[in-house]
Amino acid sequence: MSRKIYIILSLLIVAAFVLTACGGAATEAPQTEPDAPAATDAPAAATDAPAAADKVTVTWWHISTAEEHKAVWQKLADEYMAAHPNVNIEITVLENEAFKTKLTTVMQSGEPPDIFQSWGGGVMNEYANAGLLKDITADLDADGGAWRNTFAPGALGVYAYKDQNYGVPWDMGMIGFWYNKDLFAQAGIDAPPTTWAELLEDVTKLKAAGITPIALGEGDKWPGMHMWAYLVTRLGGKANFEGALLRTGSFTDESFVKAGVMLQELVALEPFQDGFLGATYGDEATVMGNGKAAMELMGQWAPAVQKDNSEDKLGIGDNLGWFPFPMVEGGAGDPGDAVGGGNGFAIGKNASPEAIDFVKFLTTAEAQQALVAINVAIPVVKGGEVGMSDPLMVTLQQSLANAKYFQLYYDQALPPAMGSVINDSVQGIFAGTLTPEQAAQAIEDSAAQELK
Amino acid sequence: MQSLPAIPNIFKLQRGSGSPRRFQDNLVIFLFLLPAIVLFLLFVIYPIFQSIYYSLFNWKGFGPAVDFVGLDNFKNILKDKVFMIALRNGLLIIALSLFAQLPLSLALAVLVGRDLPGRVIFRTIFFLPYVLSEVIAALMWLFILNPDPERGFVNAVIMFFGGESQAWLGNTDLVLLSIFAALTWKYFGYHMLLFMTGLQNIPTEVEEAGRIDGANSIQNFFYITLPLLGSTIRTSVYLSVLGSIQQFILVWIMTKGGPVNASETMATYMYRFGFVRFQLGYGSAVAIYMFLLCLIFSLIYQRLTRQPDYLTGL
Repeated sequence: MSRKIYIILSLLIVAAFVLTACGGAATEAPQTEPDAPAATDAPAAATDAPAAADKVTVTWWHISTAEEHKAVWQKLADEYMAAHPNVNIEITVLENEAFKTKLTTVMQSGEPPDIFQSWGGGVMNEYANAGLLKDITADLDADGGAWRNTFAPGALGVYAYKDQNYGVPWDMGMIGFWYNKDLFAQAGIDAPPTTWAELLEDVTKLKAAGITPIALGEGDKWPGMHMWAYLVTRLGGKANFEGALLRTGSFTDESFVKAGVMLQELVALEPFQDGFLGATYGDEATVMGNGKAAMELMGQWAPAVQKDNSEDKLGIGDNLGWFPFPMVEGGAGDPGDAVGGGNGFAIGKNASPEAIDFVKFLTTAEAQQALVAINVAIPVVKGGEVGMSDPLMVTLQQSLANAKYFQLYYDQALPPAMGSVINDSVQGIFAGTLTPEQAAQAIEDSAAQELK
Repeated sequence: MQSLPAIPNIFKLQRGSGSPRRFQDNLVIFLFLLPAIVLFLLFVIYPIFQSIYYSLFNWKGFGPAVDFVGLDNFKNILKDKVFMIALRNGLLIIALSLFAQLPLSLALAVLVGRDLPGRVIFRTIFFLPYVLSEVIAALMWLFILNPDPERGFVNAVIMFFGGESQAWLGNTDLVLLSIFAALTWKYFGYHMLLFMTGLQNIPTEVEEAGRIDGANSIQNFFYITLPLLGSTIRTSVYLSVLGSIQQFILVWIMTKGGPVNASETMATYMYRFGFVRFQLGYGSAVAIYMFLLCLIFSLIYQRLTRQPDYLTGL
């Protein structure tokens, strides 16, 4: 008798277990058809029942961790929710590297957020190719292209793949040198360098004055990669890179190797702060923001991050200056050519019409002005530049506007596997473990596989 | 495996095998095990086979895997210098763990296991790092090892004594040792606890007898305590080796396997390919290698250490 009870009991436990497991799975995959009437066990029924039917939740992941910037995004979301009570916007703020990691994981499980940070280019194309993004071409073209026409076409194009749009930009800028005027003056440098040779001279002068010439977070790899990419651009120009990309040329072409050699010349001067090979971009910004290094090569977001990472949260204020990457003597590239990129939002495949409408709201001229006011974006929407007063940002925007050739960051323009190989190889040059030839060869090997 | 002589009698009281009651017993056992088995199959066995499947493809991790490449991934891994660095680093960490970390833990266990004043406090202090999450430990060590002497504790101390500050995590020669220091700090408390439990199981009579027979404390330790700790040491070595092969979190947070792969472990290598380079097929193949390595080690180790324990005869 008691044995029977045991058996029945154990069966019950097993059944409960299996059922709970199924209940759990149902919440993870919302597509599963709800079988509400059949479900007799309480937990499963509770999870199956959809919440308030009319309430739409929009998930949004952004990487603007700087306080002011985060606040602007939050304010815009709050305004939108106030105007659209049926929409609930769930914001997840992630640090850059953490974001990339987390996004990859959700992408591989096929559940992208509705709206998320994107730099366009190769990584975005990979997602689009796998059907993980929503094609918003129709939304952009609606009403005679009302939304599309608000954007600068070049910036919008970064978020298009095979003539279909999967995202929109909210910022587009370029990389250049940010420098500490005070430290330059201390080293007796009166004007920022305009050629690579001058830059090397200035580095020597700064070293002689006991100042760390360049802040670099090479542990993250991409900060140093931009230096190499700029040298390639200055040396070879547009034709060179496009040749390698379209496979009529090669990543072992002269300018790719020579860029590595020139980088070695710079590295030989030991211009970076101690431990730069293990430092992150955050460390780099901290060194700059605290006035401990004379310059850094970084994009338009640098002043905001310097400020946020500095001890007094003020950065170096008016001491900060900007100059474009110096020209290289005898290089085929135009001194005005720009390497850069910007920030945007990609739209996940499950995004609701409300999510897209919210992105429209985030890219109005007013929203752009809010970002411009705190100096975290170079506007890409017409009318967004109103109120752009920061002289450095104005200089940067003009340099960008005058660039004859605009090169999207290598690690974003190329397929992710290649971008990663480029980052790793250039780090090898910085560490002195790879020769420029070996680095170029590693990149070419990867290109041979990825750019079929 | 032999049991103590008194125990089998209890089980052999009634039912022989093949009887209906025996069957019912087995059924009950099976039913009770079922939930665990289902979970085990679903979350352990199934993913292993999934990995084996994906490792045969050139697959980016999105959508269905279609580009079948056979054993190419496995061949390419063995050709990759970086994987060899990861393998070498793994072996180095294993060696350091066995010959530095475990002896240290044992020494401390013997110390705090004795009647020393304040041993409870020290026991707690030594065990504390193990309680911390690995992420927090890694972040703490990032601060401690900061190359800027104004920010990094270790460099500040070195500078204070007139030494030269070092880029612990930015120097390809130092980085693995620095990470090992953090690993030791994190895990010695755990092994210390294992050893302490082992020590408590050794009857004091045995050591007393040794002492009466004229053994000094060093002889006592090497001829009595250490042999009697055999099973604990075997467990410790086993856990330490497997942990070293799979080491990931601390390394990834502190250096991401860098600079230039100097602190790469097999796990960071796998992660880099699976999640940074979007080559999940290749990453799966790395995982299979790691799995095989652990499996082979486990089998050999169990074979090698199958001597009976002094205390229990197990």
